[in-house]
Amino acid sequence: MKVAVVTFPGSNCDYDLYKAVQQVGAEAEFVWHRERGLDRFDAVLLPGGFSYGDYLRPGAIARMSPVMEDVIPFAEKGGPVLGICNGFQVLCEAGLLPGALVRNDSLKFRSHDVRLRVERVDTLFTSDYAQGQILRIPIAHGDGNFEADTDTLKALEDSGRVVFRYVDASGEPTEAANPNGSWHNIAGITNEAGNVLGMMPHPERAMEELLGSTDGVALFTSLVSSLSGASA
Amino acid sequence: MSQAEGTATATPVPPREGDPEITSEVVADHGLSPEEYQRVRKIMGRDPTFTELGVFSAMWSEHCGYKNSKRLLRLLPTKAPWVIQGPGENAGVIDVGDGYALAFKIESHNHPSAVEPYQGAATGVGGILRDIFTMGARPVAVLDSLRFGDLDSGRVRYLFGGVVRGVGDYGNCVGIPNIGGEVQFDRGYEGNPIVNAMCLGLMKHEDLITASASGTGSPLMAVGARTGRDGIHGATFASEELSEDADESSRPQVQVGDPFTEKLLLEASLELIASGAISGIQDMGAAGITSSASEMAGRGGSGVEMEMTDVPIREEGMTPYEILLSESQERMLVVAEPGREDEVRRILEKWELEAAVIGRVTDDGMFRVLENGQVVADIPALPLTEGCPTYEREGVESDEIRALREADLSEHLIPEGDLTKSFLLVLGSPNVASKRWIYHQYDTTVRTATAVRPGGDAGVVRIRGTDRAVAATTDCNGRFVYLEPRTGAMAAVAEAARNLVCVGATPTAITNNLNFGNPLKAHIYYQLREAVLGMRDACEAFETPVTGGNVSLFNETDGRAIYPTPVVGMVGVIDDVSKIVRQAFRNVGDDIVLLGDNSGELGGSEYLYVTADLVAGHPPSVDLEKERALQQAVLRMNHDRLLVSAHDCSEGGLACALAECALGDGESPLGVRAAVDEDLRPVVSLFGESQGRIVVSCDPSKTDEVLRTAKRYGVPARRIGSVSAAEEGFALEARGASVSAPLDALADVYFGALPRIMDAPVSDR
Repeated sequence: MKVAVVTFPGSNCDYDLYKAVQQVGAEAEFVWHRERGLDRFDAVLLPGGFSYGDYLRPGAIARMSPVMEDVIPFAEKGGPVLGICNGFQVLCEAGLLPGALVRNDSLKFRSHDVRLRVERVDTLFTSDYAQGQILRIPIAHGDGNFEADTDTLKALEDSGRVVFRYVDASGEPTEAANPNGSWHNIAGITNEAGNVLGMMPHPERAMEELLGSTDGVALFTSLVSSLSGASA
Repeated sequence: MSQAEGTATATPVPPREGDPEITSEVVADHGLSPEEYQRVRKIMGRDPTFTELGVFSAMWSEHCGYKNSKRLLRLLPTKAPWVIQGPGENAGVIDVGDGYALAFKIESHNHPSAVEPYQGAATGVGGILRDIFTMGARPVAVLDSLRFGDLDSGRVRYLFGGVVRGVGDYGNCVGIPNIGGEVQFDRGYEGNPIVNAMCLGLMKHEDLITASASGTGSPLMAVGARTGRDGIHGATFASEELSEDADESSRPQVQVGDPFTEKLLLEASLELIASGAISGIQDMGAAGITSSASEMAGRGGSGVEMEMTDVPIREEGMTPYEILLSESQERMLVVAEPGREDEVRRILEKWELEAAVIGRVTDDGMFRVLENGQVVADIPALPLTEGCPTYEREGVESDEIRALREADLSEHLIPEGDLTKSFLLVLGSPNVASKRWIYHQYDTTVRTATAVRPGGDAGVVRIRGTDRAVAATTDCNGRFVYLEPRTGAMAAVAEAARNLVCVGATPTAITNNLNFGNPLKAHIYYQLREAVLGMRDACEAFETPVTGGNVSLFNETDGRAIYPTPVVGMVGVIDDVSKIVRQAFRNVGDDIVLLGDNSGELGGSEYLYVTADLVAGHPPSVDLEKERALQQAVLRMNHDRLLVSAHDCSEGGLACALAECALGDGESPLGVRAAVDEDLRPVVSLFGESQGRIVVSCDPSKTDEVLRTAKRYGVPARRIGSVSAAEEGFALEARGASVSAPLDALADVYFGALPRIMDAPVSDR
């Protein structure tokens, strides 16, 4: 199986994502944002970073990149799409995910480990986690405060599309555990069909004990096993 | 005629229409003394044009020409078998094994940051990144070494907050992890903050490229951002004292950074280097096109000729003078291989950047500038870059500082009241307290290589595909240097080396940033000379040569100099990442062993600053032989896998060092039960900042071997206690006196100090 890692001008986690995909035994390939044609890929990953310097609004310019004209139909056809950090912001700007990521409530960039609770294990991206499992994964963002109108939030919660939530050590989604002011402590959501996941924390930075955590590995193994299951 | 004066001669150049006439006032405004101006005339064989005067002014500023420091810098050791590139290039380079080389350098942005903290700090990071990737190395880590006045001033909080945001935003956007640094708050830096940024870059040996212009006829190309009117004469500005009105009138001399363009320029530059389409590349940093072109010509032993109307500019009507001296950011000068200009353009276009041929390499040794084909500057390149006059001055210690050093501290040795109160005061001082408020604003984990994040003794990044890692730290206690420059500078090198061995790295080399006041004053020159000598002795003792760095003089506001602050940026190598050691205690029941002796000084300590508002006394002495033995012993213990944790004793003394080991990152603190029995006053045992000490913890089954190893290296060592359960709290005794507190009280003081100051609503301050 083959995974596309899109590089926008200003992406800076593309290399980390590429290595994470390789680590779980899948083939990764960088796709420059001007390249067209994603048909040969089994999944498309949008990395973190500062596409177009976050100018105007994070993700607002990147969503107009040529490659997005292929990412949208790829997602609409049910192809797995994962956006991390700036990738999540791009997915929201492109309308593939609802809501918006606004400035952190602290008005500061926040970079440290957070705890996440896995809310759903029946997605393409989380099947190798245990329900309710608590993960320790780094965040690094200035605009990660997830907001949506009341109806959208209700729909997200009612249909169980919140996949990750910021929690404390005991697994409670407290205000203190929320690093950016996100509504309902939301850290990651999927689209209605469940094939598009956006999340602010960086699972690709939690792949090795040496670097502090291996809690991100299962996200990538989940993706690989669901894809190889689908193609088998 | 010396070699530097060269044989190339300047041809007559008519004055350019609209340029001011050169008067003695104009010369003085350009920072040149009458003698220096006569030297310019001698080199030129005629009067310089206004454009030429601007070029000399920038190249002969302290910032570019090192005129007051060069003779001293020559005293520093620069060689070792592992040094691939010593001083003189954009960055130093050392071998780190397995075919990899490490480029690293530190640079200051003090003056711009005093005027516009956010942009000043941001462009400081931008500049140091470019110094690294122009060597062919990919930047893998940033560190920042900062100094400010006391945080009770609103202006200082504004400067501190702005600098941290600037360092963060720039590095975060480009995607280079920040792995450490330091900050000190002391009234000695009020009005003139210090902002030094260090960068590390990794490359394969064969990817090393240098900044020289050779190959007659080779095209010179300007790549990256366009040239605007920002930062004109920044280098000269950086070489003057700040005055009270500097913050307003000097704003136009501060550059504005664009980290997004920097990221594109970084990728484009590395791709250019890999393509082989270029033979030289240099950042247009301080003094812009002037310094990059003349230095490349100087190093290549060649000349350059450039047409100013071919330089891509941001605004119409820029004069050659402005174009030559602009310090617009995110620009590079490259020497292309003849015939491969289009390849260079294609690579830049892919990264959505511009490249334009602006001139060519010549063989006549001249730095020649044209405007519409008319020569407007024609200067012999070598005397321009190498002929800057250098001075050796008279240095005399200030009586005032000598008196401070000899001050009687005896009344402070017997404290009034509860020592635990003093302990909490010192632990919660911004100089000792956790710097989380800072580094939680920095991306520390991007590039997935950070094995030890900020908050430890040194930052560590692993080298992917190998078992190796590199470690880095920045250190300098300006108070020690102020009180006794030679000892203080030795202490800076010694502390850096201790920090590295505490994470398991062998100290390898340093880059230095000499931040001082006005060297034309005898007592400042004394500080500079003494500090360089101290640094020399320590670097020789530890076999850590100096591979480059930066000098920032004239750090004064309204005639008052900063503490002399020779910041040491040291790098080290770890050959097996499984041997990385961390600061925090890990297991209940582990023994705590103190290595090294307390030499008994309380001078310059944080304790005196917070309890008596005093910077006085003898700073801790430094015994280089003992320091070296301590480093060797700890490396040996680590090699034999005896250690669970290791932490240097520095600001706040043993009490604060133990508290830091106990608290760790705050996630899972552990208790401490310890006692020291030294022939010293308890205050000195607890809070003295004696050098040459490291606290380690180990499994009790290894304690004997730890003590034996120490003995073998001649290092004093004794078990002072053990790690206990968190509920048992923190307790440390010294000859009948003791400090004790529950861990949550320590954590609140230690982690809460900076947020309480910086995040409080203004009305609560």
